[in-house]
Amino acid sequence: MIDLLSPETQVLRFRRRVYFAAGIVLVCFGLLFARFVWLQVVMHDYYQTRAEDNRIALMPISPNRGLIVDRNGEILARNYSAYTLEIQPSRVTHLDDTLDELARVVTIEPRDRRRLRKLMEESRNFDSLPIRTRLTDDEVARFIAQRYRFPGVEVRARLFRQYPNTELASHVLGYMGRINKRDAERIDETGNADNYRGTDHIGKAGLEQFYESDLHGVTGYEQVEVTAAGRPVRVLSRTPAQNGNNLRLTLDAGLQRVVEQAFGERRGALVAIEPSTGGVLALVSKPTFDPNLFVDGIDATNWDLLNNSPDHPLLNRAIYSSYPPGSTFKPLMALGALTAGKRTPEFAIADPGHFDFGGHRFRDDKVGGHGMVDMHKSIVVSCNTYYYRLAADWGIDGIAGFMSQLGLGSRTGIDLEGESTGVLPSPEWKKKRFKRPEQQKWYAGETVSVGIGQGYNAYTMLQMAHAVSILANDGVVYKPHLVKQVENVRTGAVRRVEAEPTRRVNLKPEHIAVIKQAMVDVNREGTGARAFAGAPYTAAGKTGTAQAFSLRGAQYRGSKLAEKLRDHALFIAFAPVENPKIALAVIVENAGFGAQSAAPIARQVFDYYLLGNKPEGPAPEDSDATDSE
Amino acid sequence: MQLTANRWSVLRERIGRLLSALDPPLLLITTVLLSLATLVMASATADFMFRFEAHLVNLLVAGSVMVLVAQIPPLRLMQLALPFYILGVVLLLGVELFGETSKGAQRWLHIGFTRIQPSEMMKISVPLMLAWYFHRHEAQLRVRDFVVAAVILLIPVVLIFHQPDLGTAILVLAAGVFVIFFAGLSWKLIIPVLAVGVVAITALAIEGDAMCADGVEWPGFKAYQRQRVCTLLDPTTDPRGSGFHIIQSSIAIGSGGIFGKGWREGTQTHLEFVPERHTDFIFAVMAEEFGLAGAVVLLLIYIALIGRGLMIAASSPLLFGRLLAGAISLSCFTYAFVNMGMVTGILPVVGVPLPFVSYGGTALVTLCTGLGLLMSIEAHRRRRRERR
Repeated sequence: MIDLLSPETQVLRFRRRVYFAAGIVLVCFGLLFARFVWLQVVMHDYYQTRAEDNRIALMPISPNRGLIVDRNGEILARNYSAYTLEIQPSRVTHLDDTLDELARVVTIEPRDRRRLRKLMEESRNFDSLPIRTRLTDDEVARFIAQRYRFPGVEVRARLFRQYPNTELASHVLGYMGRINKRDAERIDETGNADNYRGTDHIGKAGLEQFYESDLHGVTGYEQVEVTAAGRPVRVLSRTPAQNGNNLRLTLDAGLQRVVEQAFGERRGALVAIEPSTGGVLALVSKPTFDPNLFVDGIDATNWDLLNNSPDHPLLNRAIYSSYPPGSTFKPLMALGALTAGKRTPEFAIADPGHFDFGGHRFRDDKVGGHGMVDMHKSIVVSCNTYYYRLAADWGIDGIAGFMSQLGLGSRTGIDLEGESTGVLPSPEWKKKRFKRPEQQKWYAGETVSVGIGQGYNAYTMLQMAHAVSILANDGVVYKPHLVKQVENVRTGAVRRVEAEPTRRVNLKPEHIAVIKQAMVDVNREGTGARAFAGAPYTAAGKTGTAQAFSLRGAQYRGSKLAEKLRDHALFIAFAPVENPKIALAVIVENAGFGAQSAAPIARQVFDYYLLGNKPEGPAPEDSDATDSE
Repeated sequence: MQLTANRWSVLRERIGRLLSALDPPLLLITTVLLSLATLVMASATADFMFRFEAHLVNLLVAGSVMVLVAQIPPLRLMQLALPFYILGVVLLLGVELFGETSKGAQRWLHIGFTRIQPSEMMKISVPLMLAWYFHRHEAQLRVRDFVVAAVILLIPVVLIFHQPDLGTAILVLAAGVFVIFFAGLSWKLIIPVLAVGVVAITALAIEGDAMCADGVEWPGFKAYQRQRVCTLLDPTTDPRGSGFHIIQSSIAIGSGGIFGKGWREGTQTHLEFVPERHTDFIFAVMAEEFGLAGAVVLLLIYIALIGRGLMIAASSPLLFGRLLAGAISLSCFTYAFVNMGMVTGILPVVGVPLPFVSYGGTALVTLCTGLGLLMSIEAHRRRRRERR
C-alpha cells in the first residue's frame, strides 16, 4: 500500500486529526471538571468534616482525684505530683538495650524492670508505661540532656495517689492500680470511655473502687490543632477538668490506729459502728498491707508476697470472712426467745452439765453444770445447756426468722465491694447449699448446735457488729456505711450518705433491758470482768470462742494445738449502755478464748473512743481468763 | 563612553532578534501559568524556603532554555533528531548497566561532574526522532514505516519501563503514539484500541468491588499492579499505605470547596497531611487553597496552552513541524490529565508531575524545551510567510 498524497490533502487530513485530538482533550478535561465538582461541591461538607477531624485532636486533661479524709478531717488518701520516666514499648525495638542505656542516665532497679514486664503483660496497646517514678530533679535534668538518644521515652509530670498513713485502714481505702484490659472493657460497657481518656489508674479495691465515679471527676479537653505526625501546633479551645469529689468518712482514723495497734501481730478483724447513725467508726482486718505499693504498678515479687502469704493480707476479713459466732450468739438467742415468747426472763433450768437429745449428749464447758440457770445467768456464765434446750424448744425456723431480722445471713449493704452473706442456717439454706438428697435433710440435732452459735452458723464481723448495734439502738436499724458525705470541691455541694433508719425490729423495751443488763454483768462479774475491771463507763459485752477445727469429742487443750488449729476468740460489746456511742464485734484468729485476747482489745477501743486514752502497745493477753464462755 | 553606547545598541539588537523568535500568545499563557505555579509553590514550600528559592532558579534556567531552543530552526532540529535519539538510547543502556539506584529505581547516570536522567530527555528526543522519520518518508507512507516507527518508540519505552519508571514510560510512549497518530495511523487500528480501553475502564468502575475481592486473580497482572488499581477504586482498603495519599489529597481538594480556604490557609497542606505537596500532589494544595475556582482557572490555562500548541501544529507548513508540535501539545495534555486524575483519585498513582507547576528542575527544563520547539516551529512558519 502506497499513500501518495498532495500536500493540501495531507494538511487537511492532519487538521481533522487535530480536531479529533482537541475533542478528546475537552472530553478528558470535562471529566476532570466533573470530578472537581463532585469533590468540591457535592461532597464538600463530608471532606470539610474529614479535614477538621484530621486537624483537630482532643487532648484529655485529667482531673485531680478526690481526697479521702476521716470524720475529723485527717487525710487518708491524697495526690502528689512527681516526674515519671515513661516508655512506649511499641515505639522501641530493643527494649532491654534501651533500658540498659537508660540505666546509665537514671537509676533503674531490677524491681523497676520486673514491674515494667508485668505492666506490659496487662496494659493496652500503645500505652505509655512508667519505668521509674519519683525522679529526682537531678535525674530529670540528666535525662532531658540526653533525650534525643531515647525515642519513645519521655519524662512526664503526673499525679500519683499517696496514702500518708501507709498501712492504716488499707482494707477500707483499698488501692489504685493501672487500668488493665478488664477494667477497660468495663469502662467501655458503662459508656465512660471518654471520661477515662488520659486516665491511667482506677480504684481496684475498697472505697477507691466503690466510689470510683465520685473520686475520679470529669475529664476536661483541649482542642488542639495537630500535624499529620501528631505534633500539636496551637490550642483552639479548652474545657477544664472537674476535679473528683472528696470523701469524708465516718471512720475515726485515731480509733482505727488504736485497733490496728491493739491487734499487734495477730490476725483477725474488728468492726465498730456508731449505733445512732450506722456510721462505721473502725473497720480493721489484720494483717494489713501497704496500698502505696500498688500506686505505680506493683512488681511481681511484692505481688507474690501479698498473694501467697498464708496470712492473706489482701483479704478483707471484716466483710468477707465469716466465722461461727460461738457464745456471742447467746444474747441474740435470748432476745429472740423473749420476743417470740419462748422464754421468760425468770424461767430457769437445772443444768446437769449436758443436754441429751436424739441419743446424743451435748456437753457444757463446765463439768457438772452451772446449777439453776435463768436467762440472766445463762448469759453471764455462758451456759451451753440453757441454749441447747432453748434451740430445741424454739426450732430452727423460728431462730432463722428472728436472726434474719438482725441482718445475719445477708449482706449489710456497706459501701464496699466483696461483702459476703455469711451463713444463717435453716432447712431452706441447706437445700440450696447441698446437692445430694441425704445432705439436704435438716436434722433436729443440728438445731441444738446452732443454739450456742456453732454448727453451720457463720457471720462476718460486720454482720455481728451490725446486729449488736441494732440491739444497742433498741431495734432501730441503720445501714452500715463508711462514707459520711461526698463533697464537691468546686461548688462546695455536699451529698450525705444515708443516715436515716432503714427499718425497725419489733422488740419490747423490757426484753431489751434484760439482755443489756445481762451483758453489762458479763463485764462486771462474768467472762469479761477481768478485761473491763475499773472501767469508768458501763460496757455491755459477751465473749465467744469459735472452733477453727473440729476435735470430734477430744478434750481441748489450746496450748498443745498447732497455732492454725486453735480456736478463734470473739467479743461483742457496746458502750455506754445508757446511751450507746459505739458497738463492736471483734475476732482474733486462733487466739483461744474471747476473754483472753478479744475482750482486752475491746477495752482499749472503748477507753480510746469514750475517754481519749491512748494505749501504749498491743492489747494484753489475759492468760488467766477462764475457759467457760 | 561612546563605545558603551554602541555596545548597548548592539546588545539591544541581539536581544530583539532573540525575542523575535518567541510566540507572544504562548509566552503570555506560559507566564500566567508559571506565575500561578509560583504562587502555589510559595504556599507549598512555606516550611522550606530554600525549595522556593531553588524553584525561582529553576524558572530562570528553564526560561533561558526555552528562549535558546526557540532560536534553532526546524531544519537544524531535524539534523539533530537521529544523533539525540541514539545518544539517548545509549545513555539508557548505560543506566541499565551502571545506573545509580534512587528510591528503588535506577534512573540516574553519573557522568563526571554531574548526574543525569536520560529517561527525561527521551520525552523530547523520541517525538523529535519519530517526527523526523515520518518527515523523511513523507511522500510515500507505507505500513512498513509504521512498524519501524513502533520499533523506534518501543526500544526506549521498554528500557525506561524496566528501570522501573512507569510514569515516564507512559509519557514517552504517549508522546510517540501521538506522532504516529498524527502521521496518519489507520483509524481501523485506533478505534478498536480506544473501544477496548473504554470498555475495560467502564467494567472496572462498575464491577470493581467483585474484581477486587480477596483471591480474585487478573490474568496477565501481578499482585501489586492489581492492588494499585484496586486501591484506586477504593482507597479505604489501604488507608495507611498508598491509599493514604489518595484519601488525604481528596480531603484537601474536597475541603477546599468552591473558593478555597485562601492562600497559605490550607490546613491539609500546612499540617502536612498532603504528601509530596510541592511535587506530584501540588494540585491538591492549589485546589485546597483556591477551591473549584482555582482548579477551573488552571484547566482553562491548560486548554489555552494545548489549543495554541495544536494551532501551531495545524498551521505548520512542514510535516515535521506538524507532527512535533502536535505531539508536544498532546504530551502537555497527558501530563496534566494524568497528574490531576491521579491526585483527584480517578487514575492510579504514578509519578507524573503537574506540568509547569510541580517542583523539579529537570521536568521544567524538559517542558520549556518543548515550548521552545513549538516556538521554533511557529517562528519558521512566520519567517516563511514574510519571505513570500
